[in-house]
Amino acid sequence: MIINHPLLGPRDSAEFVYMGDARLIERPDPESDTVAEQFHDYAYLRDNPAGTLRELWFHEGGDRSWLVVTRDTRTHEISKVELARDVARSKGRSK
Amino acid sequence: MSGQMTQVNRLDGGQIDRGSSLKFKFDGKSFTGHAGDTLASALLANGVRLMGRSFKYHRPRGPLSAGSEEPNAIVTLRDGARAEPNTRATTAELFEGLTARSQNCWPSVKFDVMAVNDAASDFLAAGFYYKTFMWPASFWEKVYEPIIRRAAGLGALSMQEDPDQYDKGFRHCDLLIIGAGPSGLMAALTAGRAGKDVILADEDFALGGRLLSENMAVGGKAALDWTTQTVAELSSMPNVRLMTRTTVMGAFDHGIYGAVERVSDHLFEPAAGKPRQILWRIYAGKTMLCAGAIERPIAFENNDRPGIMLASAMRSYVNRWAVTPAQRVAIFTSCDDGHRTAADLHAKGVKIAAVIDTRSETPMSMDYEVLAGAQVINTKGRLGLAFVEVQQADGSMRTLECGALGVSGGWNPNVHLTCHQRGRPAWNAELSAFVPGGTLPPGMSVAGAASGDLSTYGALHSGAKGAADAFGIKAADVPTAADTPAKQSAFWYVEGCKRAWLDQQNDVTVKDVKLAHQEGFKSVEHLKRYTTLGMATDQGKTSNMGGLAIMAEIAGKGIPDVGTTIFRPPYTPVSIGALAGRMRGMEFHPTRLTPSHFWAKERGAVFVEVGNWLRAQWFPIEGETHWRQSVDREVKATRASVGVCDCTTLGKIDVQGADAATFLNKLYCNPFAKLAVGKVRYGLMLREDGIAMDDGTAGRLAEDHFVVTTTTAKAGPVYQHMEFVRQCLMPDADVQLISTTEAWAQYAVAGPNSRKLLQKIVDPEFDISNEAFEFMACANITVCGGLRARLFRISFSGEMAFEIAVPSRYGDALMRKLMEEGEEFDVVPYGTEALGVMRIEKGHAAGNELNGTTTANNLGMGRMVSKKKDSIGTVLSERAGLNEEDALKLVGVKPLAREDKITAGGHLMAADGPVDAAHDQGYVTSAAYSPEVGSMIGLAFIKSGDARMGEKMRLVSPVTDSEVEVEVTSAHFVDPEGGRQRA
Amino acid sequence: MRYSGFKVIKEALSGHKGWKPAWREPDPKPHYDIVIIGGGGHGLATAHYLAKVYKQKNIAVIEKGWIGGGNVGRNTTIIRSNYLLDGNEPFYEFSLKLWEGLEQDLNYNAMVSQRGIMNLIHSDAQRDAFVRRGNAMILNGADAEYLNEAQIRKEYPFLKFDDQRFPIKGGLAQRRGGTVRHDAVAWGYARSADSHGVDIIQNCEVTGFKIENGVCKGIETSRGFIGADKVGCAVAGNSGRLMGMAGMRLPIESHVLQAFVSEGLKPVLPGVITFGAGHFYVSQSDKGGLVFGGDLDGYNSYAQRGNLPVVEDVCEGGMAIMPMIGRARLLRMWGGIMDMSMDGSPYIDKTHIEGLYFNGGWCYGGFKATPASGYTFAHLLANDTPHETATAYRLDRYKTGHMIDEKGQGNQPNLH
Repeated sequence: MIINHPLLGPRDSAEFVYMGDARLIERPDPESDTVAEQFHDYAYLRDNPAGTLRELWFHEGGDRSWLVVTRDTRTHEISKVELARDVARSKGRSK
Repeated sequence: MSGQMTQVNRLDGGQIDRGSSLKFKFDGKSFTGHAGDTLASALLANGVRLMGRSFKYHRPRGPLSAGSEEPNAIVTLRDGARAEPNTRATTAELFEGLTARSQNCWPSVKFDVMAVNDAASDFLAAGFYYKTFMWPASFWEKVYEPIIRRAAGLGALSMQEDPDQYDKGFRHCDLLIIGAGPSGLMAALTAGRAGKDVILADEDFALGGRLLSENMAVGGKAALDWTTQTVAELSSMPNVRLMTRTTVMGAFDHGIYGAVERVSDHLFEPAAGKPRQILWRIYAGKTMLCAGAIERPIAFENNDRPGIMLASAMRSYVNRWAVTPAQRVAIFTSCDDGHRTAADLHAKGVKIAAVIDTRSETPMSMDYEVLAGAQVINTKGRLGLAFVEVQQADGSMRTLECGALGVSGGWNPNVHLTCHQRGRPAWNAELSAFVPGGTLPPGMSVAGAASGDLSTYGALHSGAKGAADAFGIKAADVPTAADTPAKQSAFWYVEGCKRAWLDQQNDVTVKDVKLAHQEGFKSVEHLKRYTTLGMATDQGKTSNMGGLAIMAEIAGKGIPDVGTTIFRPPYTPVSIGALAGRMRGMEFHPTRLTPSHFWAKERGAVFVEVGNWLRAQWFPIEGETHWRQSVDREVKATRASVGVCDCTTLGKIDVQGADAATFLNKLYCNPFAKLAVGKVRYGLMLREDGIAMDDGTAGRLAEDHFVVTTTTAKAGPVYQHMEFVRQCLMPDADVQLISTTEAWAQYAVAGPNSRKLLQKIVDPEFDISNEAFEFMACANITVCGGLRARLFRISFSGEMAFEIAVPSRYGDALMRKLMEEGEEFDVVPYGTEALGVMRIEKGHAAGNELNGTTTANNLGMGRMVSKKKDSIGTVLSERAGLNEEDALKLVGVKPLAREDKITAGGHLMAADGPVDAAHDQGYVTSAAYSPEVGSMIGLAFIKSGDARMGEKMRLVSPVTDSEVEVEVTSAHFVDPEGGRQRA
Repeated sequence: MRYSGFKVIKEALSGHKGWKPAWREPDPKPHYDIVIIGGGGHGLATAHYLAKVYKQKNIAVIEKGWIGGGNVGRNTTIIRSNYLLDGNEPFYEFSLKLWEGLEQDLNYNAMVSQRGIMNLIHSDAQRDAFVRRGNAMILNGADAEYLNEAQIRKEYPFLKFDDQRFPIKGGLAQRRGGTVRHDAVAWGYARSADSHGVDIIQNCEVTGFKIENGVCKGIETSRGFIGADKVGCAVAGNSGRLMGMAGMRLPIESHVLQAFVSEGLKPVLPGVITFGAGHFYVSQSDKGGLVFGGDLDGYNSYAQRGNLPVVEDVCEGGMAIMPMIGRARLLRMWGGIMDMSMDGSPYIDKTHIEGLYFNGGWCYGGFKATPASGYTFAHLLANDTPHETATAYRLDRYKTGHMIDEKGQGNQPNLH
């Protein structure tokens, strides 16, 4: 596969390490009342669609950025690649 | 005797180099052929039709085709370590000194005792083995299976290491064209002239595809001349790369194609320094599949004898290789194409016994007999074809004498690569064939016969148009050529046939397909799996369609409703060596060396693989004959005075920025926010699931600068995890990370004299006395008169110890300096074994304890997990299952009898009672001989271990046949109060 | 119809006219006591044991395509019970024992071939881990044998010992491990289940569940509604999609695993060999093909096909440990969808919906588990209590913290 890195252009997927569902960015609030349940769901229940999935790839053999790749799990077609940091900010994560 | 005289079936003309005479051997017998021959064409020229035996019935086999679709003429090429089993004689290029032998026959290909299977074929019908060999139960493995296995396979491996080299390469292009026949050549001309970067790849050693085999005109000249001229123009274009002997074997995601170039297979052995084959990964903007079509045979009784071949293959042998398979030849056809073969053969002076055409309306000939509306209903000839029996239109029978029979049942477009991404081909009723379907791999288009355009002009035209459409450029002018395709209609098998072969290699007959259907194996996948149809080395290129057609007819369905099995890469089989390339032997993985490696080698160190690193394991000195002597000495000398160990392989991560402390506080389960500058702290990282991930130290060199160490094994994953937390969870934090593992050479200097030794090299302005530089201190310093260095007062051994780091290029020099300056203290270098012994003695956890299932609680560090802050893993570490009453706890064990062995991996049982899984109390993670204790010791996880100090238990290791009595102790065998490391 | 030596001879002499279909092709009935979704190895085995051992009646197996068309028809055919953890080892040992009696049980020769499995060891830490595992196997009643380097050299002289980047230091063998003719497992279970009255309904796709007040009443299919008292799901890589129709999110990711077969070769390998310093394991089929595989491609996929990097990685492992195969040719590569669970171990459990039961999360270990998976799932369906060897395979184990993590990789499915 080829991942079109937003900063570096097209790169072979073999340069990357995969982690899966980009919802891992949305780490629950540790102060929440239902913290145990929320962390269980966060850690163990991931999106697994036969279709479009937003997923995390780490450019280990490159600039070490985490990317959010939007990819169809049936065809492997990639429709979007973003810097995970930008996605995290858009989800309201900061420090 | 000249070659020509023995080549009884050699004709005039052809594209062979008659000036060269190549000697070769088949089954020990010597023959000659010419450059440009394949092994099959050369053998046929020499009158040899019989080249092998089939898999199940050991029926005699000769070539069916003249290309890579060959199921029958499969031989073992070359001898010794270079022996290549299952090589298609039809594509193996002839070279001087070639040797080949037939397979799956004993004692010889002409007399094969296993041919008895053929006589017993009624007992060996499809699926017979699932119904039998079950009585008595024990006989399957002891009696039946060994017999079946002896019969398995065709060729044999040499059992020797492949002596040849393989390589890999990467290529990029605007347009990859697969197949250099008329459509591929025109596509290349079109794109090449427009300046596109083009790769034109063909599995053959000559470009031209079918044009090399056809006696026809293109652009007003002989097809071969047009081909030569076109190839010459393409060769002159710097933007066009012509790759012969290159099979594009698979279409992978995003325009990546795998291709295998057979660089040296046409040579006696590869030239010095050259690989045998190269695996190319081709990154193509666009791809055109111009792979042509494969002729399909007709099933009739005993249609598998040597001498019976595809009519188009016969034309190739005659026109390209100037070989006739026999002096007298018949043709059996259901379309006009068979007549072309007859005409070409006749023109070369081969006697045509008759053309048997299944159709009542057929082309007629003045030169030979044409039997319209006739069918071949049987054949004869023990080791090769001698007669065909023909049923004529009026029902009368006739026997024709012939040494070869050309069969033509029409053509199947070569859709293989269009389906590699799970696309399915579409049925074309006009052609009675599958053509490329609607869902092709992105970027791919298909031209020529592969797309179902079966005329020469159609191929030339669609090739040019395809390339023009792909880029919006002008198509190259299309030369004139025959524009009416040979008409084809479906004729799959002769009515009433039984032992009519579909899959000639695996011996699947029409009868087997019918039986499979009768037993309920009705889907194509069931059919394939039950009968093994299409599972041979040719993957059913000439057999699958026949099987489908028969299945469809029995089921009363159309062929498209039955569907095809799935086309999977590779297009043709690929040597495993090519797929591995250079990654074998010592090159299998990269080897990482520490800066002191060459120094250690000089000292005679024994090295051990630690991941990709090589580390010194111990340093034997004169007189030591057993590794334990060296390791015990290194441990004792270190604990008595001072030792030095290269710990460069530990992961080192520089953490800088205003939020560095906050960041580490999130990563480590224990507190880091308030670590003072100049101090180091032990840190435990948890995974988000609450399990211990890794441990190490973090030293604060400045308010905004930390140096984190990881274990050797986890350096990569921990770095990745830290980047995840930084980028995905704390995107606005002011933190920068960089891995500096290779940038710093780092040495542990341990033992009571470690300070004294270091004081000799640390520049005098730095005070490293205990008062100024206490346990867990760190600092940027200089050594040896100004060399920048980092010093950490940390201890893995339990002794007073330091770790000193210098830029990698000074690592070797520093080690030599430490040895030199340490002479007065009898300094020793110590390796990973002594390191391991000392850390076990001290009760430090390492990889064996941080095994991915243990928690801080298990490790006895439960109280380290801060309840006052959130860090990765703390929430889930609180789950009940990880905090049960009798949770495993890290403890020490030592044998009751000093001489007894502690086995790492042994399980602990109570002193009395049963020894089984239900009574398992834990296991030993690490074990070593402790010079300090004077016996072996171990670290162990034991249920409620911390509450069982002094308990006597049994350590059992049935798999290594040992059982000893042990006592549970503290994991800290040495200096439990920690006085030494603080001294 | 019973297969026997007599029957085989009789049919051979009479043109094989008497062989009957191995299973019927019934139309679905409006209601069954138990419906199994998934006509793969596990679903068919479940039906067989439900009917034969647990004496249940009125059972159907619903299959979207053709039976045996999923992972049971696309795997590397290995059976073994060399597991470490107490949650797993008794289950897999139970499975191995069922394999050992399978042919007599089914009256079908699935060619269970116990030529052994050998895990090679290349480092001290690996040796310690394998010794622990070998001991766990023996303590659980399975067989295990530790071999040193000299013994490995003697048994496997064709491996690469010299100039080896990761020298072979020993091995852990399970002699009772081996291979089975994979397709025949599906067919054998299907034929037996059918003979016990189970309706096997092919080409019938499930499109939804009928769930009322938290109770599952049946399934909607491409062939209409089928009512059921109990519905058991065993659809491997499609678990996420199927259970999603019941509104469930599963601790499962679907990944592609590739496998490979070479051209047929005369027998050279005594059993299964796994390389401990690279991603490569291999056995040789009764037809002569080297059947081999390695690691997952690593990304979520339903495409049933993989990519070149893993193909190359696996072949590199092969050439590193066994360089005699350089001139053997890879004939075919394929990819299956693995239902990778979050700790690498499976689920056999009730769901929170009454009457709906789940079997999945087999990762790439599903084939060897087929008999025990079927047996224990049948037990659960028949009795509403887990079988004694499958008590740990709870869907809620991550909530309680009772993970069964053989590899110690945590909640990262593609690393198991």
